[in-house]
Amino acid sequence: MTTLSQLTIHEAHELLKARKISSVELTNFVLKRIREVEPSVQALITVTEETALQQAQKADDLIASGEISPLTGIPAVIKDNMCTRGIRTTCSSRMLENFIPPYDATIIEKLKRNGMVMVGKANMDEFAMGSSTENSFFFTTHNPWDISRVPGGSSGGSAASVAAGEALYSLGSDTGGSIRQPAGFCSVTGLKPTYGRVSRYGLVAFSSSLDQIGPITQDVIDCALVMNCISGYDCCDSTSVSRDVPDYTKCLNQDLKGLRIGVPKEYFVQGMQPEIKTAIEAAIKKVEESGAQIDWEVSLPSAMYALAVYYIIAPCEASANLARFDGVKYGFSFQNALNVSDAMEKTRQHGFGAEVKRRIMLGTYALSAGYYDAYYLKAQKVRTLIRQEFDRAFEKYDALITPTSLTTPFKIGEKSDDPMQMYLSDLCTSPINIAGIPAISIPAGFSQGLPIGMQIISKSFNEETLFRIAYSFQQSTDWHKKKPQI
Amino acid sequence: MKISREQVLHIAALAKLGITETDVDKFSVQLSNILEVFESLQQLNTSDIEPTIQAVASQNVIMCDEVRPSMSREDVLANAPQREEDFFKVKIVLED
Repeated sequence: MTTLSQLTIHEAHELLKARKISSVELTNFVLKRIREVEPSVQALITVTEETALQQAQKADDLIASGEISPLTGIPAVIKDNMCTRGIRTTCSSRMLENFIPPYDATIIEKLKRNGMVMVGKANMDEFAMGSSTENSFFFTTHNPWDISRVPGGSSGGSAASVAAGEALYSLGSDTGGSIRQPAGFCSVTGLKPTYGRVSRYGLVAFSSSLDQIGPITQDVIDCALVMNCISGYDCCDSTSVSRDVPDYTKCLNQDLKGLRIGVPKEYFVQGMQPEIKTAIEAAIKKVEESGAQIDWEVSLPSAMYALAVYYIIAPCEASANLARFDGVKYGFSFQNALNVSDAMEKTRQHGFGAEVKRRIMLGTYALSAGYYDAYYLKAQKVRTLIRQEFDRAFEKYDALITPTSLTTPFKIGEKSDDPMQMYLSDLCTSPINIAGIPAISIPAGFSQGLPIGMQIISKSFNEETLFRIAYSFQQSTDWHKKKPQI
Repeated sequence: MKISREQVLHIAALAKLGITETDVDKFSVQLSNILEVFESLQQLNTSDIEPTIQAVASQNVIMCDEVRPSMSREDVLANAPQREEDFFKVKIVLED
């Protein structure tokens, strides 16, 4: 029997609409679940019990007056790099340990207008820099499928909380894979929308030309419902795109006849875990059974350069975005400094963790006089090549399918000694951010009890095709229905 | 590409990042290793390629020049580490 916290958004919505349960009941159940599993999972920095129950009561009032939308009264978790007015937003950093935003991010405003119930703020890698959630200043999150292993990152808390039933959905952010990789590691559905589809206003900036907010849900129907709510132009985000938001639920169609799907071989890297190759190939065959035409011999050679491009562009942009943390207007502030310069240096030395410092240094170096052309400018040019290659691929194919990661979730501590090892976790996901195109990760199997994610990629503003393929797959398989025994 | 200790100290100064002696050595090694991987980009011919700054290619997005209420002063100062009246307090910037 499905417990209340394992209901999908659309299932819970039907029960709420029919008054079979109330939002307060559902929220109380989820809060109880949080108390039960948090000692093992540690997905949340802040549990917002009081706020959640107030919002749930408001949602029940809305429902009683006949005003219900799909997300009304549904408990959610928000990654802790999205500003929530009056509720601490830490980015899992000492730098913002006690920062209380005086405003809501645009996506929070949108969700609130639709009656959302926020049960907590999710743990993450500090300032979204990482692929395991081990870079959190506070604590590491544990994968609900095996608590000795990482949930992925940087949206590890968001993904783990949905997998463990601590929320019916969550929001994450994705710069190089930070929604998709943890979604893959936790066996949930995670979408990185097209760049510019969802407003970044109120998302603490990491890499401004790559960051996007997206949903992490139990299935693709829920993903479409959240996207319907959070997408759209925002005048507060000059990179948001003025383009109509379709009803994403209208493209949930089982029949894939006529769809052409490419499988780029560069993503099936020599030395990848063989069980993943097997699982993804079996999953693609399932997609073929639903009517799609698969081309197994696609080549996207620029994929091999994408990681280097990402690890130049992202740190460069981060070095600029994190320059604001100087202890003057908000955040951690080192007292007892000698002078204003010393105060800023010591604030940043003690406020930031090692990975953040490493990326700031990398970015500062790559942008500095004498190195800008060789690194940043070069990376931006290779970025054009990568984008052009995807553009050419999407002339022939409606979508591409790859693994989300080349490994199943690794043990906590396994990759934390060598930064480069950790960076390789982004191999399959980072090219997508570079090109600004959308991609979704959905559960596609297990290897020795550990989740395997499949990534579906399409061209800009073609989330509809992603949803169509993912929906069809989730109708003919039940990987996404499996839950961890926690 | 080997990053020397002097370069690490220079970068840290540019980024206003305080750094300990042990960190200097550690970062020197780590940054060198990471940058070595990036040398692969030099293999690609990009002589006729324009850089992509941003995926969406929107241009000159500007706000209307109209007077609107902004954030309240109390909200702005609410997280101030050091505050005096309506000011953020910092250490002296300009000395005699």
